[in-house]
Amino acid sequence: MGLLTVTSPHAHGPQSVTRVMRAVLLATLPGVAVMTYFFGPGTLLNIIAGGLVALALEGLVMRLRQRQAGPYLRDYSVLVTSTLLCIALPAYTPWWIVAVGVASSVLLGKHVFGGLGYNPFNPAMVGYVVLLISFPVQMSAWPAPRGLAEVPSLGDSFVAFFQANQYDGITMATPLDLLRQNQGELMSELTSSRAQFGALAGVGWEWINIAFLAGGLWLLYQRIFTWHAPVAMLAALTLSALLGYDGGSSTSGGPVMVHLLSGATIFGAFFIITDPVSSAVSNRGRLIFGAAIGVLVYLIRAFGNYPDALAFAVLIMNFAAPFIDHYTQPRVYGQGDKR
Amino acid sequence: MSTPSYRTLSLNGLWKNNPALVQLLGLCPLLAVTASVVNALGLAVATLGVLVVSNLSVSLIRGVVSDTVRLPAFVMIIAAAVTATELLMQAYAYELYQILGIFLPLITTNCVILGRADAFASKNSVVPATYDGFIMGLGFGVVLVLLGAIRELLGTGALFANMQLLFGDSAAQWRWVVIEDYQSFLLAILPPGAFIVTGFLIAIKNIIDTTLEKRAAARSAAPVAGSKRVRVTGQVS
Repeated sequence: MGLLTVTSPHAHGPQSVTRVMRAVLLATLPGVAVMTYFFGPGTLLNIIAGGLVALALEGLVMRLRQRQAGPYLRDYSVLVTSTLLCIALPAYTPWWIVAVGVASSVLLGKHVFGGLGYNPFNPAMVGYVVLLISFPVQMSAWPAPRGLAEVPSLGDSFVAFFQANQYDGITMATPLDLLRQNQGELMSELTSSRAQFGALAGVGWEWINIAFLAGGLWLLYQRIFTWHAPVAMLAALTLSALLGYDGGSSTSGGPVMVHLLSGATIFGAFFIITDPVSSAVSNRGRLIFGAAIGVLVYLIRAFGNYPDALAFAVLIMNFAAPFIDHYTQPRVYGQGDKR
Repeated sequence: MSTPSYRTLSLNGLWKNNPALVQLLGLCPLLAVTASVVNALGLAVATLGVLVVSNLSVSLIRGVVSDTVRLPAFVMIIAAAVTATELLMQAYAYELYQILGIFLPLITTNCVILGRADAFASKNSVVPATYDGFIMGLGFGVVLVLLGAIRELLGTGALFANMQLLFGDSAAQWRWVVIEDYQSFLLAILPPGAFIVTGFLIAIKNIIDTTLEKRAAARSAAPVAGSKRVRVTGQVS
């Protein structure tokens, strides 16, 4: 499925859906590896199981819609959706959480609107928000990272996956949970009394975010997306956190470094908001789109009810993407007024 | 305007022109109170009663009220009917009245009722107008209860909880646990669930309609006997 059909001998890289999707999948590998190191094999199991469910659903829906299923199953697009969703899930969730999430992503997020390329919302985030609203208990049960507790074995993760009521694991509030629950305390007190805080942000989470940053930068180097949305988002988040931080208390969700390297910040900046379908189209539009997400992430983290905010911020801005596009249409060369 | 037959009226109210699925009127109560069967049934009965009374009254005064003031007059009638319904529910189903809360008085602003009063009752005689109110209320109510049942089942894994609010204490045992050990699926009970389930119901209705149309078209398009010529030019549809 070539995207370019230009007659003149322009040199161009053959960017196809398959190639882009495969690159995105490969780029998640460092982050997934670090997650597996800190939380054990649960994340991997989720991703594999979620991928199988996603492929089965995609094939089924394509049959229902009387289309050829083969090309859509082979272009990795549905695997990218399910993988991004499963990365966002806590490790050691029961199987039906994964199934409901992937089904919501693929059916409600994508196919209801017309399938690949027609979805107004990011499908992975649709699935994540459905789960977060519906199953708050299971969705906030993150396991304790390596260094604070023993990492479960592969057998444990199978038990947790298939027979959740027979599985005992150690869960722990994430750094963002702690900041949400302990507003108005001194950061220095919080970081010294709670083991979850590490050198930069949270134990484990800082390295997960840095690993996703590496994968994201590789995607940028491969020109899978432009720098505008991620840079705008991270800059806006940095600025908001800098302005909101009063120098020592946890009221605004901690210092800049905690905001940047906690939860889904980096993963979202490079893997979620760069979705070419549901984000703004022009470069100027992407700057606005990304910056607004950065500000929203800060606002929801500091003043909202949920510890992390990326999924909500992305869905809200997906609503606004057509509006942004309307006001940021690039001037066609030789047409229109000079501004 | 000639009065349509009762058959047409019934077909319109229940299917072809269903207030909830086709006209998409009265969405606010449809989405807000259909979290369980009992809530939906309570509101459905209240709406049905108001629709019948308002259509009957509007049809009675249709020759007397001038066109310029007809809408305020209709709204007054509807508001009176709603107030009466509200008082009745306070007397006989007080707990349900409290659960339905603001959505009971809001029946006044339900577009289905004003719409039927203006579009049908003010132009037709008493008996067809009353029948139209009944059948439209029934069409609206069936969708309301169906939506409530789907959302309650998806949300809690059980059906017919709290039926004693409507049918007295003997109905307290009607709760039917369909799926044991069900993790409550909050989304179905929250407002987004109402939008999503309504969307799927409309989609299912459209699928049924197109299949029926296709079947009817296949039946009527029998090959014409006699002529063997094949048309090769002109419009081929």
